[in-house]
Amino acid sequence: MKTSIARKVLMALSGFFLIVFLLQHFIINFTSVFGHGETFNSLSHFMGTSPMVQFVAQPILIFGVIFHLAMGMYLEAQNNKARNVKYVMNKPGENASWMSRNMIITGVMILLFLGLHFYDFWIPEIKTKFIDGDMSGALNGVEGTRYFHELQHKFVDVWRVIIYCLSFVFLSLHLLHGFQSAFQSVGFRNHKYLPTIKKLGNLYAVLIPAGFIFIALFHYLTQL
Amino acid sequence: MSDKTMNLTLKIWRQKDAKSKGKMETYPVTGISEHMSFLEMLDVLNEQLVVEGKEPVEFDHDCREGICGMCSLHINGEAHGPDRRVTTCQLHMRMFKDGETIYIEPFRAKGFPVVKDLVVDRSAFDRIQHAGGFVSVNTSGNTIDANAIPVPKDDADEAFNAATCIGCGACVASCKNASAMLFVSAKVSQFSLLPQGKVEAKDRVMKMVKQMDLEGFGNCTNTGACEVECPKGISLDNIARMNREYLKASLK
Repeated sequence: MKTSIARKVLMALSGFFLIVFLLQHFIINFTSVFGHGETFNSLSHFMGTSPMVQFVAQPILIFGVIFHLAMGMYLEAQNNKARNVKYVMNKPGENASWMSRNMIITGVMILLFLGLHFYDFWIPEIKTKFIDGDMSGALNGVEGTRYFHELQHKFVDVWRVIIYCLSFVFLSLHLLHGFQSAFQSVGFRNHKYLPTIKKLGNLYAVLIPAGFIFIALFHYLTQL
Repeated sequence: MSDKTMNLTLKIWRQKDAKSKGKMETYPVTGISEHMSFLEMLDVLNEQLVVEGKEPVEFDHDCREGICGMCSLHINGEAHGPDRRVTTCQLHMRMFKDGETIYIEPFRAKGFPVVKDLVVDRSAFDRIQHAGGFVSVNTSGNTIDANAIPVPKDDADEAFNAATCIGCGACVASCKNASAMLFVSAKVSQFSLLPQGKVEAKDRVMKMVKQMDLEGFGNCTNTGACEVECPKGISLDNIARMNREYLKASLK
């Protein structure tokens, strides 16, 4: 934590962790478009009731998210101080992509989305399970079936769908730089495998958010 | 060979000294040959200013052959101007259009304080070098044959590529975070790739990174602007190598 390189490595490691988390989140969500969400229900019930997931993985994830956000903001503040007098004429677009220069903007947009996302899903989940003490996941008396219903219920409101879709665009922009940048930060780069990392990063940054947009639109359109 | 001339409007940062507040001032120049270098164009301006009894514009320069790393300048929003792989002294006026307005500013970074006008103090780079950018070699007694220690050709080439960094500071000037990582990584790489540099590898990277942070440069966010604007084309591979060297050294 003491030096700039240590900070960027930690930023990258927390980024890697969130990339892996996002992939598993996507895979589970994607099962909701098949059938009547039976697989989605059983996976959600497992994730929601497994002590390992709830009391080990979830706190690690929350720490990872908060760490990534807090460190990102700290670095941004420090970097702004490193140029105390700004250029009168500057053309940053000539030498670096918009995504790489605006990670703080896309990051803050993702943070705002997380607020809504927690309000939509996480807070009601915690209330039902740990305040009301209902671990059954039951809907109409059938255990472990409420999750699909709750997911669908959220995607009835067109404005919520629009906000979700826009947030996924910001997520994509963030990942377009973040994925390959994380590899660079941990020193995993040379001319042999750089093109592969870049292609993989672009593929991930486009496909995963596009997949989330598809899921949101799917549930909205099938309920019209 | 054609010899087009152009008339330009220059907007130049003028600052009396380190403590004074600076501002942009406008100067028209006429009859500038397209074959002039950017610094020769500034020479013309300064001669004009001297004739008018005004204070000439201070700017850094030395060899004017693109090798000493002394010239700097942020021209029209880019370090060393709009051309690629050239220093300001090798930037020619043919890159500009007749009637154009050109913004000329000093390299901006907390680590590069302005001394006067367009001159900045880049001694932070010297202090980073002093912290570890060297190999300790016993120079007394018999001279050791340079070829006594075999070095793979690829390693030698990469070390040489890193060593072509002239320390001009364009990387810092271009980086949105005013980070000095490209410079420091080049100076770490030129030794870490060679057997002679391995002996002090751990201390070198730790000390140089520590000094870099002390000088107030920002953190690298891998935008890649430094690589694009570097007049010597120093690669981002060097930053990745420095990150590896640093991780290795911290774990030892």
